[in-house]
Amino acid sequence: MPSSRLWLARPFGERSTLIFLAVLGATMALVVAANLLLAPEHPLHVSTYTVTLLGKYLCYALLAVAVDLVWGYLGILSLGHGAFFALGGYAMGMYLMRQIGDRGVYGDPLLPDFMVFLDWDSLPWYWLGFDMAGFAFVMVLLAPGLLALVFGFLAFRSRVTGVYLSIITQALTFALMLAFFRNEMGFGGNNGLTDFKELLGFDLSADATRLGLFIASGVALALGFLLCRAIVVSKLGRVCVAVRDAESRTRFLGYRVERYQQFVFVVSAMLAGVAGALYVPQVGIINPSEFSPLFSIEVVVWVALGGRATLYGAVIGALAVNYAKSVFTGVMPEAWLFALGALFVLVTVLLPQGIAGLLSRSRQQGSDDDSDTQPDTPTDTLDATPREATP
Amino acid sequence: MNSIAGRHWLSALVLLCLVALGLGQAWAQDAGASEAASSDQGPALLSALAESSFRDKEAAIDAIAESGDERARRWLESFAEGKLARVKDSGAIVVVLENRGRNWPVADALTLEPAGEISRRELDRVSINNSLRGYLDSTLALIDLRVDDPAQRLAAARDLLGEVEAEAVDSLSELAAAESDPEVAATLEQAIAIARVEQGDVAAVEALSGSLNGQARAALMQASRSDDVALAEAAQAALAESEQALKLNRAAETLYFGLSLGSVLVLAAIGLAITFGVMGVINMAHGELIMLGAYTTWAMQQLLPGQPGLALLLAIPAGFLVAALVGVAIERGVIQFLKGRPLETLLATFGVSLILQQLVRTLISPLNRTVVTPEWMSGSLVINEALSLTLNRLYVLGFAILVFAALMLVMRRTRLGLEVRAVTQNRAMARSMGIRATRVDILTFALGSGVAGLAGVALSQLTNVGPNLGQNYIIDSFMVVVFGGVGNLWGTLVAGLSLGVINQVLEPWAGAVLAKILVLVFIILFIQKRPRGLFPQKGRAAEG
Amino acid sequence: MSFLQSLADRDRVFDFLVPEQSPVDVRHGPILYLEDVSVSFDGFKAINDLNLTIDDGELRCIIGPNGAGKTTMMDIITGKTRPDQGSVWFGSRHNLLTKNEPEIARLGIGRKFQKPTVFEALTVFENLELAMAMDKSLWPTLKARMTGEVLARIEEVLETVGLASLSRRQAGILSHGQKQWLEIGMLLMQRPRLLLVDEPVAGMTEQEMERTAELLLSLAGKHSVVVVEHDMGFVRSIARTVTVLHQGSVLAEGSMDKVASDPRVIEVYLGGDEEAA
Repeated sequence: MPSSRLWLARPFGERSTLIFLAVLGATMALVVAANLLLAPEHPLHVSTYTVTLLGKYLCYALLAVAVDLVWGYLGILSLGHGAFFALGGYAMGMYLMRQIGDRGVYGDPLLPDFMVFLDWDSLPWYWLGFDMAGFAFVMVLLAPGLLALVFGFLAFRSRVTGVYLSIITQALTFALMLAFFRNEMGFGGNNGLTDFKELLGFDLSADATRLGLFIASGVALALGFLLCRAIVVSKLGRVCVAVRDAESRTRFLGYRVERYQQFVFVVSAMLAGVAGALYVPQVGIINPSEFSPLFSIEVVVWVALGGRATLYGAVIGALAVNYAKSVFTGVMPEAWLFALGALFVLVTVLLPQGIAGLLSRSRQQGSDDDSDTQPDTPTDTLDATPREATP
Repeated sequence: MNSIAGRHWLSALVLLCLVALGLGQAWAQDAGASEAASSDQGPALLSALAESSFRDKEAAIDAIAESGDERARRWLESFAEGKLARVKDSGAIVVVLENRGRNWPVADALTLEPAGEISRRELDRVSINNSLRGYLDSTLALIDLRVDDPAQRLAAARDLLGEVEAEAVDSLSELAAAESDPEVAATLEQAIAIARVEQGDVAAVEALSGSLNGQARAALMQASRSDDVALAEAAQAALAESEQALKLNRAAETLYFGLSLGSVLVLAAIGLAITFGVMGVINMAHGELIMLGAYTTWAMQQLLPGQPGLALLLAIPAGFLVAALVGVAIERGVIQFLKGRPLETLLATFGVSLILQQLVRTLISPLNRTVVTPEWMSGSLVINEALSLTLNRLYVLGFAILVFAALMLVMRRTRLGLEVRAVTQNRAMARSMGIRATRVDILTFALGSGVAGLAGVALSQLTNVGPNLGQNYIIDSFMVVVFGGVGNLWGTLVAGLSLGVINQVLEPWAGAVLAKILVLVFIILFIQKRPRGLFPQKGRAAEG
Repeated sequence: MSFLQSLADRDRVFDFLVPEQSPVDVRHGPILYLEDVSVSFDGFKAINDLNLTIDDGELRCIIGPNGAGKTTMMDIITGKTRPDQGSVWFGSRHNLLTKNEPEIARLGIGRKFQKPTVFEALTVFENLELAMAMDKSLWPTLKARMTGEVLARIEEVLETVGLASLSRRQAGILSHGQKQWLEIGMLLMQRPRLLLVDEPVAGMTEQEMERTAELLLSLAGKHSVVVVEHDMGFVRSIARTVTVLHQGSVLAEGSMDKVASDPRVIEVYLGGDEEAA
């Protein structure tokens, strides 16, 4: 049992966390080296395009870690985490839009192109402040965090759990998608925000910036992983598992379950927001499709494939599925949805513990030490129906 | 014996009739030809029209209209469109059939037979101005008001609303007094009243009070701004009356559209209410089962070209079967392995939905397919000028109610319904009493899925049929089930219809998208206030 | 919001500085007091004008046929179910009807469920750790560290319930009886003033039953204990006072012998259509 004084430092006492950090760090160092040191003709050279692609995967991995935190450890299957991801992305996108300044197509010093196009004569109030990087970065955390806080406050206080919660999270992201599609919302409607030029003064099309963003994504993933791990190994993490497996029992022990749910949900939403914020400058666009229910539920299957309640499984799942997606959509695009659909079915029916489950099973066969290394086996809570709210 | 003789007699009669008909026709033709040859006043009438000055043309038009000539309508129509012309060389009057290009095809004005093409330069158009056009419109309407077909007379009377010239009022009044059809008469009265109000006749305002007609209200509006205080006041009162009537009709229309949308929601959700509500199974592929039902309708119409109505009727059982079979395949292939793990079931069936969508895209087409609406379902039921109900929506509404009633019957009155309820309440106990729970699962799922197929058949008449059809309904369907209270079919009905109406009520002032968002937000808040929906199941057993 | 509140809670010190006794005022009478409580589900009266008084330090057994309202009564006391009418007091100061489950638990009412409910993915040790009576608000829980005091307490309880050798095992792999014991252990960790124990010996061997009886008897005095049980032999072995519930209200109350000879009780148990325990 890790027992460092500082709760945030506890994960460093775990072998699995150190291995994860080492693998992540080493891989990233290799990629950076292969990009910088090897000549473009060299067979092992990693192009900047690939680096950006990998950076995108790392953002997805962070999003998956966020989903695993609430699903794996708290038993909340969120089908709306894409919304938090997208909100973080929009916050970043708004900053990047303001950075364009008068270099847009219409050359308006204040208004982004789409507002000029819509004949708006002034910046909406909620765009104010986004010209300051600090403010924008705070909003990257605050926007998804506040939404999660309000949503969680309503949902958890009423003890909406199980599939009901899943469905209303899906409805939430669906409603947001419809809203962001509207031009009147002032977020660029259909087309979203794009044509970014620079971030903190760095040219977004420059190779060095792209490499920097890749490294930033990796660091964010590592920090996010550590934060989640710290929560998970704390007593609070054990309370979460208790809530997941027997919510009302936890309540009878004197824990205010809804506060725990809300805390973890908000942390998870903020992590998703950070992932979205790092994702946007790398892909160069944010539009309402990130809110689509399909994207959110796809994230869940990354986690399911990697293995729930392990955190590193979520990373593996996100990387594996997205790599497969890139390959598939390149070779035979129409087959991708078949493959994704089949993945949903096969993972849930045949591989409920995911890849991480396979790994730990084979590890257990190797050694007889079964007491401490057992994965937390999530037993799906049977009580899917919400109980009557206490008046 | 008898029958053979009868048949001979019958064929003889038919023959006789045919002969008589032929003779009659020949005679009629003859008569027409001789009339045309001997005393055709046509050339005179036409040249009067062509040669008179603008001032005298009204008289020429009247002459044509009063001549009773069969061709009068065509002449005047052509004149109104500027397609009556005189050939410069011969002076003959022709009707221009198409005034494009260098050479225009024309028809002889007297025989109305095509008479080849004539260069544009060779033609002299019979000139017309705007005041004449207005005059012509009412004159044409007067011609139409004298035909035998009451429907045609009604159409003509409607065209007259707001178009009646002051001079025509008297002749119209005579016509209205003589009119046999009450609807035509009423419409004429209104047209006359509009004209009178426009002239400042206070007494006529009364006749327009509460009218739903746009022209009538325009006339009243005009009058309400008049300097004549009495007229203005009367018009304002009448206008208020109209507004009131119009508001009522608009409310009725909103209600109808709301119920129509609601019936679609009910249809889409009711199958889910069975699989989700009764069995506790989350089937995210439910929307795709709806889509399959819609595609079954399309396929039936492909199989039976030219008989869209029959194909639609046959699609009802076919759509049910197709969706039910696919549903059973999903239950056996996926869901049965995930008993008691609702979140995993949700994910796996979502995977199935992706596969089904892509399957349709690959095998049929990613584009929308056209499903024909049979004739007896197109058009609308006109209640009054401000309210008409589209027939296809009316049919779907009725269909939804039928499906609901049938389902209630199945759940309440049949052995299957009893067994389903038993298994739902206590699986182990039901099993120990000899109910085969697995079989009940399969049948319930087939039923729920089949109903989704029915929803698809109905939807094919209202929206585009494409691979994404189902996706658009799945979230709404879940919302309806959850809003209504899980496991309660009545709740689903009430929730579906009321959500439909709420949506339509919100739409005018919020816009379609915002209305949908508001409804979603409303349900999210509602679930948090009443997590068990409108009609919750109570008790300790339900606490799970 | 909860987050801010928990930040504000930070100055609240760890439990070992909090007085061990929860602030339940029993000077003026009983520790638990139910008066005229009724609740119905869809017209079915599960509890009907129930009156019940538990004295401080008492061990009370509650028996009754299935559907007599025993579990519903526990639900009402612990805040899971709200009664339609009546009042429920814990000591003379706390109106339980105004509190939710965690608040009631923090006041010092512990509950063992009919079906043993432990956290299966956690180890036996962790199950007890979570149950430990200490500050259970969010922030302190996140920062909580294993202290010698907590460790000693857990080990003490592990010994008491005989699960010391299994402390690092996942609770999910325990046998039914062991889970019962673990749940009792969790109750002990909570240091409740009042224990509500629903069918503690179901699925236990004769020997385990004896030990459970001993344990419950030893708890009485320091704690008040309410035991709902079907096993008459067990009830006889521990009961001082027995309350018989029938159709949601008290049918008889008194010593086991007195109750067992009450003709109405005999009729309910033997003459009625319900099971004879």
